[in-house]
Amino acid sequence: MRYTVVRHLALTLAAAAVLLALTYGLEPFRNYQLATAAAYLCATAGLTVLTGLSGQLSLGHGALMATGAYPVALAQNEFRDRDISGGWVLPVSLAIGVATALVAGLVVGLAAARLRGPYLAGVTLAVAVIVPALTTAFDSVFNGDQGLSVYIEPPPLSLGATFPYERWQAWIALTGALLTMFLLTNLVRSRYGRHFRAVRDDEVAARLAGINVARTQVLAFVVSAACAGLGGGLLAVLAQSVSPGAFSLTLSLFLVMAVVIGGLGRLAGAVWGALLLVLLPQASHSLTEALSLSPSAAQRLDGNLPLAIFGTTLVVVMLLAPGGIQGLLARLAGRFRPRPVTAPDHREVGTS
Amino acid sequence: MDRFVFLTFDGLSRGAVYAAFALALVLIWRGARIVNFAQGAMAIATVYAAYSVTSATGSYWLGFGAALLCGLALGVLVERGVMRFVGHTSPLNAVIVALGLVLVIQAVLGMVYGNEFRPSEAPFSRTAFTVGGLAFLSRYDLFVFAAVVTLMVGLALLFTRTPVGLRLRAAAFAPEVSRLLGVNVAGMRTLAWALASAVGALAAMLVVPTGLGLHPTSMDLVFVTAFTAAVVGGLDSPLGAVAGGLAVGLLLSYVSGYAGAEMTPVAVLLLLLAVLLVRPSGLFSGVAARRV
Repeated sequence: MRYTVVRHLALTLAAAAVLLALTYGLEPFRNYQLATAAAYLCATAGLTVLTGLSGQLSLGHGALMATGAYPVALAQNEFRDRDISGGWVLPVSLAIGVATALVAGLVVGLAAARLRGPYLAGVTLAVAVIVPALTTAFDSVFNGDQGLSVYIEPPPLSLGATFPYERWQAWIALTGALLTMFLLTNLVRSRYGRHFRAVRDDEVAARLAGINVARTQVLAFVVSAACAGLGGGLLAVLAQSVSPGAFSLTLSLFLVMAVVIGGLGRLAGAVWGALLLVLLPQASHSLTEALSLSPSAAQRLDGNLPLAIFGTTLVVVMLLAPGGIQGLLARLAGRFRPRPVTAPDHREVGTS
Repeated sequence: MDRFVFLTFDGLSRGAVYAAFALALVLIWRGARIVNFAQGAMAIATVYAAYSVTSATGSYWLGFGAALLCGLALGVLVERGVMRFVGHTSPLNAVIVALGLVLVIQAVLGMVYGNEFRPSEAPFSRTAFTVGGLAFLSRYDLFVFAAVVTLMVGLALLFTRTPVGLRLRAAAFAPEVSRLLGVNVAGMRTLAWALASAVGALAAMLVVPTGLGLHPTSMDLVFVTAFTAAVVGGLDSPLGAVAGGLAVGLLLSYVSGYAGAEMTPVAVLLLLLAVLLVRPSGLFSGVAARRV
């Protein structure tokens, strides 16, 4: 156990070093994309733990991201109004966001633990559709469709006056993502991770083995919601605004799509998913620009092409390769490096 | 009191549409054990088809017919083209594939028609008759009731009085035995999807002119509401779906009348959670053991 933690810590530090070097090598726009992918990674990793490991499908993670993002906006603006500043302000705001998402996750999770299959999907879908609508129901606080702007302090002067703002954003988001991945990899390898998988694979057997199924499922939901909340908070920090349009049902479906295409049940799949979420819209944008269409046609295509590609990919992956990208990679790797025959410890939801 | 009467009629009219949409969900659930999460997107696609036909010919009724035909075709297409190939090992698979379809359909609609709201004309006036100072129903409400009642009676006759209906029920309840007895089970499943999709198209045609506006995502909340209605009634029970739809319609009408229209989504979520926590199998279905 201790060795696992040490190994994960070493891996995380190595990844941090590589990413730090990368932020110096990339141009500002790429750094911003990297930061966005890191924010998405928090949410996709959380969803992977929930759907892939604990077997509960959540269509409401976009909404849970919103429950993490709005408190960050409110807290940051409150701190600014009271003239409180300092390096600890942003982490505190993010922690408030995570705590709020955690409570929201607890509420949904308590209901979810009693529900199965399509019922669970229906409830989380309702959460995804209805939570953004809450912002208009209470628009004195959340300012309706307009949303709120988020005040973010400039990077500290000790980094130099010409320090690019995007690199600073990338550092913030990557810190959050690395922390999330470090905690989740350890969780997955721990007793709790084994409980998640046991409950996913066979509830009755898990219960006979002395696992409290309901508590395990609620725990998975809470952890997952907290990760989504951090992702949402980071997105709010990056965009410097929050609005219901940014956390629509489409975002929730995109997250599901990202973890399915990346590979359910594998945290590495969440990385692929997060990268796809950033790169595919960008690729479709450059494609529509290259096609030189009329402005209105280009606008229609630009917003909808990613949806079409994501949707088609989701259907095709689900029908043909339920293991996703990481599953394909693992299969390829297995072909070149024959492994001893053991029981597979990952069983995808898609095929179980 | 006036207000209460008005809200009651308004709620029943809304509820009739939710009932029809919930019925579409129940049809597929009974036939294939799948909750069709793409129902809303499929239905709005048929309304767009009706919009095109109506603006080309100028006739609302041609558009109405086109929507129903398009619904039948879309149901067959989705079942034969995609849903048939989904593995039945985990209930998550069908849900995820349906969500992929939602993205595809909404994207295609957005590409063809654009992502702006389009006005949708109602075929009848939506101003309510007043009898002795009391506002009752509008002509449009009467049209909604007539359409939904015709639909219900038609479906009831189809399922209980015709050989096809018997085969549909047999294929849904005991696929293996029906197959041995010579029922074309796969064909019946396709027929159930086509019927359900047409019913969804009808419901969408009725609900879109009531202030919803034509937009690729405008059925999202209707879908969630109808899902709630189906769950209130129990996904297995067509009568439950109708009762659930009317109950949800009334509740939403009272909530929007007394607490404000923006509170209705909250009411839907609370109702759904409450029903699922108290009676997950619905208020109208018998107790069944959870399959493990």
